[in-house]
Amino acid sequence: MSGNPPTTVTLFIPCLMDGLFPSAAGDLVYLLRRLGFRVEYPPDQTCCGQPAFNQGYFEPARKLARRYIDIFAGAECIVCPSGSCTAMVKKHYPALFAQEPETFSRAKALGEKIFEASQFLTAFVAPERIKARFTGRATYHDSCHSSRGLGIFDEPRRLLAEVRGLELVEMEDSRACCGFGGLFSKRFPEVSQAIGLEKIKQIQATGAEWVIGNDPGCLMNIQGHLNRLGLPIRVKHLVEVLGGRSDGRGKREEGREKEKT
Amino acid sequence: MKSKTEQFKKEARRALTSGNMQLAISRASKRFSQLRRQAFAHLPEGEDLRTRAQAIKAEAVERQEEYLEQFAAAAEKLGARVHRSPDGADACRYIEDLARTSGVRMVVKGKSMTTEEIGLNGALEQAGFQVWETDLGEFIIQLAGEPPSHIIAPALHKTQQEIADLFVEKLGVPLYEDPQKLTMVAREFLREKYFQAGLGISGANFALAETGTIVILENEGNARFSTTFPRIHVAVVGLEKVIPGLSELRVFLKLLARSATGQKMSTYVSLISGPGRKNEVDGPEELHIILLDNGRARFRQDAELRTSLYCLRCGACLNVCPVYQRIGGHAYGWVYSGPIGSAMTPQFLGTLRAKDLPLASTLCGACAEVCPVRIPLPDLLLTLRRRIVEAKGHSGWERSLIKGWAACQSSPGCYRIALELARLGKDFVPGLLPPGIELPDKNFHRLWQDEYQD
Ligand code: SF4
Repeated sequence: MSGNPPTTVTLFIPCLMDGLFPSAAGDLVYLLRRLGFRVEYPPDQTCCGQPAFNQGYFEPARKLARRYIDIFAGAECIVCPSGSCTAMVKKHYPALFAQEPETFSRAKALGEKIFEASQFLTAFVAPERIKARFTGRATYHDSCHSSRGLGIFDEPRRLLAEVRGLELVEMEDSRACCGFGGLFSKRFPEVSQAIGLEKIKQIQATGAEWVIGNDPGCLMNIQGHLNRLGLPIRVKHLVEVLGGRSDGRGKREEGREKEKT
Repeated sequence: MKSKTEQFKKEARRALTSGNMQLAISRASKRFSQLRRQAFAHLPEGEDLRTRAQAIKAEAVERQEEYLEQFAAAAEKLGARVHRSPDGADACRYIEDLARTSGVRMVVKGKSMTTEEIGLNGALEQAGFQVWETDLGEFIIQLAGEPPSHIIAPALHKTQQEIADLFVEKLGVPLYEDPQKLTMVAREFLREKYFQAGLGISGANFALAETGTIVILENEGNARFSTTFPRIHVAVVGLEKVIPGLSELRVFLKLLARSATGQKMSTYVSLISGPGRKNEVDGPEELHIILLDNGRARFRQDAELRTSLYCLRCGACLNVCPVYQRIGGHAYGWVYSGPIGSAMTPQFLGTLRAKDLPLASTLCGACAEVCPVRIPLPDLLLTLRRRIVEAKGHSGWERSLIKGWAACQSSPGCYRIALELARLGKDFVPGLLPPGIELPDKNFHRLWQDEYQD
């Protein structure tokens, strides 16, 4: 653990997470509250601009980045359940404003207080305090922007090691790209698919029933391939596993009402 | 070399369905990257060396002109003739003229991407000279009439069986299955060429300013043969190959072979300082060094992409690239493939002409992680993508879509409506989401409002 834990955590729930994995985001809220953090969620947040930025549309990305900086500037600490969106804010926001000293320093300051969820949890919480349960055999996919972009590798594994009932089996190259790449998968669908299939082969070889990851984009892509192939393997977001409210088959252990603090 | 970068998508699709070739590429590139990983695992100072190497290249590119002058002066003092070529056509012409005036009929070549870049073989053949590639991989693709598909392993896309068949067809030998036997066939065939050739052509991995030395790394000994046997040796050297001297070379020698093939050191490291001297048995009578610009001086002025000139052409970024692993080098449509090809080709041929290349990347960053000179390849691709946008390289439709999307994302109300619409419309817009992906009824915005808000 490093430094003093913040009292209030401001959530940044990226657009794909918002639309595709809302209950996982809810699990994160639940978990953070259970661990004693005050959780805030600025309702005006939208997308961080990454899809535009990655395709070279820097102006639209800047526009969204400015907006984002305004919304989150006052936060004590930002937690985000996506490696790539965290990397966008942390690494690319400052780069986008290299020519604008004032916005640059605001972007930098923001970058210092944003954490991807597993980074945050390992930095400020003792993993054994999380006390999650999840039954099944799973493998972990390291998303590119999380592992190479933010240097995250041990963090999710340290957290998962404490999850009761979970058996983690590493695949051959957990850091290999899943082929998503945002609009890349639309521009070059065949290439994207070929890369994805390599990933699926590795996942299959582990005999896992679950693929855990921390990036909604990769999870969506991987699940899509699994569906296409008719494989019974399912994806799970890391925070969903750690949230500990589901038994891996989606059954809630506690009613929604009780989760409200 | 002629380019067909415009056909990237088509060629990529073709590669993906090529079966054998696809398998050969993915096997070989994976093998190379494994070997690299193992080699670096045994080199604790590896990361520091990469940082050192990057710094050396940065300084060498910064002071390139100075070092080039120093190099040329030193090399000339040793008896070499140094010629500066502004472009490939000039370099080809120089070599043609030289060959003609020297009465040369046959030319042997060591492996060189720079000569591929300027299409030297074609130019010489058209001028009536017989040209033989002597590197085994290059020899194979020369026989097959194909361009290289990898920076260091040009015939990487070919299976053993294909090579065996090719030798039967082109060299008239029996069908040999054994790779060693095939190598012997090539060797025997090429051996006599070294004796007949009046001119040997090579590239160079480094040019040492201090001593006027060119350095060539290889594994087969063919480059050494090609540069010592024939009466004349011509080295075609890109401007960016110049480094200060021997002590800098040591850093690269530790990194280059490890990055390329996982070897501690290339089997042959030749340091060539001037032509053969009077009392020496080996070495050519004449050494010509062509310092090739072909756009490099311009790339150097480009502050955002300049780091691409640090490239050692080790091929490590190709081997780890998920896109390269699947489609191989030919789809990139020009000499340089993989991540570095995607960063360089648009500089050589024009951003819009090669615009698919920088776009054909997931920005996974595997390349930057292995590059021995720490070229920030994904950043270069992003810069090129920005330039494509600035040059209005995308369809009007796409541009409006992105613009509209950004406008919508700037308004919380619009954003929320868009999320709802995605849920409702996903069944009507095929391909909006991968198959079987469901959008839950309540997005998190609503979930928060209904269930989590304090
Ligand atoms: S860019 Fe780096 S990794 Fe790629 S070929 Fe050049 S030196 Fe090697």
